[in-house]
Amino acid sequence: MKANMVQALNNALSLELESNPNLVVMGEDVGVDGGVFRVTDGLQSKYGKERVLDTPLAESALIGTGIGMAAYGLHPVVEIQFSGFLYPGFDQLISHASRIRNRSRGRFSCPLTVRSPYGGGIKAPEHHSESMESLFIHTPGLKVVVPSNPTDAKGLLTSALRDPDPVIFFEPLRVYRAFREEVPEESYTTPLGQARVVQPGTDLTLISWGSMLRTCVEAVQQLSEAERYSIELIDLRSLSPIDWPTIHASVQKTGRCVIVQEAPLTLGLASEIMARILEKNFLHLKAPVSRVTGFDTIMPLFKLENYYLPTPERIIETVRKTMVF
Amino acid sequence: MPLSNLADFSVKRLSILDAHGVVDVSLAPRLGNSQLIELFRWMTVLRIFDDKALKLQRQGRIGTYASSLGQEACTVGSAFALKPQDWTFPAFREHGVFFVRGTPLVKVLQYWGGDERGSKASPDINCFPVSIPVGSQPLHAVGCAMAMKYKKKDAVAVGYFGDGATSEGDTLEAMNFAGVFQAPVILICQNNQFAISEPRSLQSRSQTIAQKAIAFGIDGIQVDGNDILAVYKATLDAAEKARAGKGPTLIELETYRMGDHTTADDSTRYRTKEELDSWRARDPIARFRTYLTNEGILSPSLETQITEECVALVEKAVQEYESMPAPKPEEMFDYLCQSLPLELAEQKREFLSFLAQKKSTTEKNVEGPGFP
Repeated sequence: MKANMVQALNNALSLELESNPNLVVMGEDVGVDGGVFRVTDGLQSKYGKERVLDTPLAESALIGTGIGMAAYGLHPVVEIQFSGFLYPGFDQLISHASRIRNRSRGRFSCPLTVRSPYGGGIKAPEHHSESMESLFIHTPGLKVVVPSNPTDAKGLLTSALRDPDPVIFFEPLRVYRAFREEVPEESYTTPLGQARVVQPGTDLTLISWGSMLRTCVEAVQQLSEAERYSIELIDLRSLSPIDWPTIHASVQKTGRCVIVQEAPLTLGLASEIMARILEKNFLHLKAPVSRVTGFDTIMPLFKLENYYLPTPERIIETVRKTMVF
Repeated sequence: MPLSNLADFSVKRLSILDAHGVVDVSLAPRLGNSQLIELFRWMTVLRIFDDKALKLQRQGRIGTYASSLGQEACTVGSAFALKPQDWTFPAFREHGVFFVRGTPLVKVLQYWGGDERGSKASPDINCFPVSIPVGSQPLHAVGCAMAMKYKKKDAVAVGYFGDGATSEGDTLEAMNFAGVFQAPVILICQNNQFAISEPRSLQSRSQTIAQKAIAFGIDGIQVDGNDILAVYKATLDAAEKARAGKGPTLIELETYRMGDHTTADDSTRYRTKEELDSWRARDPIARFRTYLTNEGILSPSLETQITEECVALVEKAVQEYESMPAPKPEEMFDYLCQSLPLELAEQKREFLSFLAQKKSTTEKNVEGPGFP
């Protein structure tokens, strides 16, 4: 079927609701309205109000009750309307969801999926455009997943919905309806913790995820036309756990690496990737590993958001500097 | 007596001006004719502004917009009862509060146009910027009121929120702090019946929002939110009580969001035309017009004059908004803290030199990529 990311996610949820009677979807506006981005469109009429719940407006309650439901054998799928509204529920994630398995020495677990759109580029109001994935990656016990295209979105979400532990599933707003592609009709999983080599190359490894992937593809196209650089582009897909073997193998081959993240610079995932690359591949490196990121500023309102977000131009400049180092 | 009755509670509702424009004289606030006209003028300008903003959004001239159509009496009536030294903490549908407190119309357009400069109030306007995360700002109002009490100021703080926000822990914590510390605060809930698609009944089994005050030991009252006289009086009474050191009040303004949640929403998906029509019959401006006309305070020619003045005011704001130079990109660094740390100054410098370099290559090569 031809599907954009919204349709692919909707399809994944529908198939899992069909096959797993313990799956429940809950959130604000997910039922009658079908979600403000329509990711849950039609699910309540198909699977009923007991399985697709419009809830009071309370993120902490959504995640907190989700923990209780999960402990009792359900798999709650909580939609947080925008990731900027997740923070009232962050306490429940960091204090309980991520820890209950460890705290109870495996007696209780928390198979909970939290879905939330993130990222900039759609001219949205304040708190609707940030990329704060590092907060969650930094929290032991949480898995963090970010798809960059409809096919991966369906496979990764299906994996999350079958995962025995809490998964934070960030959906790039800018990609939601950006393009359609052929997505398999049937249910399938894309394993968590496995990166995808989008394009193989030998000169430089370019690493990114989520909505920045398309920005990277644009940069790579311009660079391969203008400079004939052979760039290996890696889509991490899963930010925690992260596919270190793919990263190390690529950097050992190319000797150069640039990491692109939409999030602020300091303590972003790119920082951790740089550190690991240095630890493991020091003698393979031909140039310093570099980053293209957002700034350590508040994500500006939309009149300035395109200055904040990494652009193909900024990526190209950093790749060139790395290549001629 | 093993089972005894500890307390009985009642919940009061205030209504002064009914949907037909008839006033209960025994309850009416003392307002002169010029003040009544001023209230009418504010509601008129707000309605024209909302309508214009929706059009600007459709034409791509501003971003997502949250109209306050149908809720004009709530924001105008409550803000009108305040003194300049009082502080207001709005959510995102309180354009009327901004206006009545003295914020130029253009600022509100700028904000919804994606420009932070719209949130910069002049020093004499004690109104916090828009707060988007639902239910997060009532706590700020309570804290501000605690500080007013500590400093022994003759001032009150007002926190605005909606019916959806009453489900958030922060809002309930605000009520609790207000009660425990007897803060001079007014917590105003604009119960417009919807949190995006979810009806008020989905937020709480509680019959009214006003009664939530009871559990926190503070006064609560439900008010007809489409009745500007009742909104004004309830706020004035609560403010006087707070000034007298007699503690906080929760005011539930029962109203109706006549428009969509925002321009990104389509309310036909979740509510009926019949419901909308039943509330249209309770329009806050129509009933006030009837009253003012019957009292001989408002004539058709005066109304025409007011409407024309309001249209001109809104059009002037649009012109100002559109003739303003774009915000400078470096502004995203400039207000993070009072003095920029070295590391951020370096990020800013690199960013600006990249922009300058980009600009020079763009000028040399017209096909070169530039920032939008």
